[in-house]
Amino acid sequence: MKIVVCVKETIDTAASLSLQDGSVFWGDASLIINPWDEFAVETALLLTEEHGGEVVALSAGGGEKNEALKHALAMGCKEAIQLSAPEDMQEKTPVVPSMLAAAVQKIGDVDLVFFGRQSTDEETGLTPPQTARLLNWPALTQTAKVIAHDPQGQTIEVERLFENGRQQAKAALPAVVSVVKEICEPRYPSFMGIRKAARAIIPKWELSDLELSSTVDSAWRSLRLDVPASRTKKVEMISGESAADIAGTLVKRLLEEKVL
Amino acid sequence: MAENILVYLDCFSGEVSPASWEAVGAAQSVKSEAGKINAVLLGPRAQEHADAAFEYGVDEVYCCDDASLGGFSAESYTTQLAALIKVNEPDLILLPGNVRTRDLAAMLAVDTQSCVIPDAVGLDWENAAVVTRPVHGGKFLQKLQAEKAPCIVVLRSRVFTVPERDETRTGTPKTLDLVDAPAAYEVLGFTPVEGEIPLTEASIIVAGGRGVTQPASLNAPDNLESDEEKEAWLAQEGYKIVRKLAETLGGAIGASRAIVDPGYVPYQYQVGQTGKVVSPDLYFALGISGAIQHLAGMQSAKTIVAINKDPEAPIFKHAQFGIVGDVFEIVPKLIEALQER
Amino acid sequence: MDFELNEEQQMVARMVRDYVTKEVAPTIKEWDRKQEMDPQVLPRMAELGILGVSLPVRYGGQGMDYMSLGLVCEELEAGDTSLRVVISVHMGLCCYAILQWGSEEQKLKYLPPLAMGEKIGGYCLTEPDAGSDPAALVSTARRDGDDYIINGEKMWISLATKADYMIWIARTDPEAKKRSGGMSAFILETDSPGVTSGDIHGKLGVRAGSTGWVNCQDVRVPAANLLGEEGEGFKIAMSCLDNGRYTVAAGATGLIRASLEASVRYAKERHTFGVPIAHHQLIQQKLAWMARDYEAARLLYLKAGWRKNQGLRNTRETGLAKWYATDASFKAASEAVQVHGGYGFSDEYEVERFLRNARGAVIYEGSSEIQQILQAGYALGYREDRPLRKELPPYDPDEWTREE
Repeated sequence: MKIVVCVKETIDTAASLSLQDGSVFWGDASLIINPWDEFAVETALLLTEEHGGEVVALSAGGGEKNEALKHALAMGCKEAIQLSAPEDMQEKTPVVPSMLAAAVQKIGDVDLVFFGRQSTDEETGLTPPQTARLLNWPALTQTAKVIAHDPQGQTIEVERLFENGRQQAKAALPAVVSVVKEICEPRYPSFMGIRKAARAIIPKWELSDLELSSTVDSAWRSLRLDVPASRTKKVEMISGESAADIAGTLVKRLLEEKVL
Repeated sequence: MAENILVYLDCFSGEVSPASWEAVGAAQSVKSEAGKINAVLLGPRAQEHADAAFEYGVDEVYCCDDASLGGFSAESYTTQLAALIKVNEPDLILLPGNVRTRDLAAMLAVDTQSCVIPDAVGLDWENAAVVTRPVHGGKFLQKLQAEKAPCIVVLRSRVFTVPERDETRTGTPKTLDLVDAPAAYEVLGFTPVEGEIPLTEASIIVAGGRGVTQPASLNAPDNLESDEEKEAWLAQEGYKIVRKLAETLGGAIGASRAIVDPGYVPYQYQVGQTGKVVSPDLYFALGISGAIQHLAGMQSAKTIVAINKDPEAPIFKHAQFGIVGDVFEIVPKLIEALQER
Repeated sequence: MDFELNEEQQMVARMVRDYVTKEVAPTIKEWDRKQEMDPQVLPRMAELGILGVSLPVRYGGQGMDYMSLGLVCEELEAGDTSLRVVISVHMGLCCYAILQWGSEEQKLKYLPPLAMGEKIGGYCLTEPDAGSDPAALVSTARRDGDDYIINGEKMWISLATKADYMIWIARTDPEAKKRSGGMSAFILETDSPGVTSGDIHGKLGVRAGSTGWVNCQDVRVPAANLLGEEGEGFKIAMSCLDNGRYTVAAGATGLIRASLEASVRYAKERHTFGVPIAHHQLIQQKLAWMARDYEAARLLYLKAGWRKNQGLRNTRETGLAKWYATDASFKAASEAVQVHGGYGFSDEYEVERFLRNARGAVIYEGSSEIQQILQAGYALGYREDRPLRKELPPYDPDEWTREE
């Protein structure tokens, strides 16, 4: 069985970010694997540990040393592939899904493509369903549990988390799956994995190496980035002689401010 | 301004979500004088809601209530919508935001080769859609302009206004022919979340964090052996105070990552950057310290009330009302005071 | 000179930091209050390979270098000193004693279970009346047929009640002319009849750790467990300190960092006189000192680790690093409490634990006073390190990662 996990290099969510020349600036904060992608890698590894096969980590963009791919290798992925992305890839859609879909086809014989449900930087969540649509494979997004995986019968059954309930769905392979955090607990990279990842030479595929199925047009233009206006009012601390006193004051204030 | 706007009304749960009407309101804000707002309803109970759609100001309502649309699949819904879009040629397509509609919008953009922008908190028009959306956990707001028509925009809940409802306004819905397409997958079943208000739609949320896991006056029962089991029992007992306050207020319950990760509360209740992003009118943060990643999930709440033992907890910098104290002392009194009103 | 850590080393540090942040930090305060070691710590560190991180793969280890060991200690102690103490005694003092002085049979017998964390290692040198002056120790080991019979009591022993194997230093030749002569080192299996141990509570710091005493009453140890040769026990004991001190130095560096990070966070949030206290110069001064000492301590221990990698004698360097880092960590933790004001005095915040933990490191593994005497000795030329009969093996990536 061959599983491809798409991972993205993102900025550590604890980093303090600022705007410089209209772009996001993260100083010397670390670049890491998109946190949701760790869950995707773990799920893929668990499936191959159970049924045999290997996991290939795939990433579009990222720096010279793509931290997401390194981390995926250190967790236990067999190999990693980096796709060289154009500078303005965010603005050209669906570039990334097109590249990923084309890469999956170039890799060949892929049974499953895993994604984390979205990235912590752009947070669009568009890549998994778009990649699936371009591949014309079912998109089992928001998967919280793999109920059954039948490598012989070539099907997968999952439970998906919607806001108002859970859907149980079954699809024929090959399929695309995006996962939510509930699905598992990602393992730490092992030291052996770390050594392997540090020594790995990750192949880089250019756009010209891929047969893109979709026209790559500029679909939107970023006008500006702003820091949201912060609330100027300071917090009103409520104190009192007793808990009942404090509670009473809070209710009074909430009514006065027409919050309740 | 936009001439022809198509609004997707989400009736998957049987009822049309309030966020769908907000989408109609958003459409009205960018529609030209002579422009049209059309709506589409897909699913077994589609026809039931056509009347309401007209009352909220929609000009044409398209319905397809084929049984095959009962179980949601973004693929089949996309095929239906893409066919309608080909005929209707809207310059703007709006959807109320949730995980299903986001998938739908994503795939629709591929099929119709259009531009898609999710999670909009602002919508304008300057020859094309201009959308504002939060990025990097809400640290920044990005303003984007579509360069292609149509533009598909997915709107965040509880941001746009529901339009006035005019009960005298009527119309006749048009039936959409089902476009035949093989099912992408088999829907085996659906388990709704019983009787609970989805976090993203709630106007009041009571959320608990680490500070609710240790009710001081309680001891774990002796039949529990390991420390872990005892901690889990205490945490779940402690969390009950969150439920009680939510019940009293008629709100939804939430949790910070600190109590979801150890498994005390299910992940679906997690508010934060890797959980749900919410924008209620009122958010109670009980025993939550206010880490950046949690703030990213709730900082747009209109009023935040924080109760925490630690006076230096970062949450107090972002709250409108703050109480330094023990959640287990304050909240029962709060419930009493609320019940008296 | 390349001051960059390589990718492997960076990833190792990050992995341990993640483990500490996710699994230790949330509950460490409670264990510290209980004065007990979290029973999950040892099995978890074993599972993750941390207990064998810098040992050759063919002995069951993970094949990382000595600098990585230092980085691991820095990350562990930034969580809590008790975690780093485990590595100090298990890896630094016990495993490396066997790696450096053991016969191939001893290495193949004892290192794999230790490296994989199936067995826990410790080090028994200090006695109730012999701390800074280990030559004053009185424990005996008398040859009797194919065994030695060990008698004695050791105190202030980390993991006393948890270790399976202890390096035990005792007098084999009471008639020896030199005070420090006539001693030998043994690999003691603590489940041998006659071995008892107990925990010491009421310590000022490292309360989430396990410290205690170990007593041997006519304990039989096979002669095959003699480490090195009879009579070189003191030399072996002293050479072990190069490794123990190294881990203490690295760990204390992590404590400085933790103090600095806590202080920076607090200084930005707490307001006095209408501004964050980070704007006040006297607070800034404290932060500047912590930042300076962190950089300096880090360079010192990493250089010592580098020398170990090269197979270069590093007694002077590890002593220097230990002295500097531990003194600086005590100061940093103290200033961190000060920065936190009244809240620093309460255990709602972590800095008071840092201070109590830091106080111990200035005493053990060679007190600061001992270190100063040693460094003066080097500076004056009175002290010279002569080559040992056996040296700690250098780090060779191929040697250390080969399977057989």
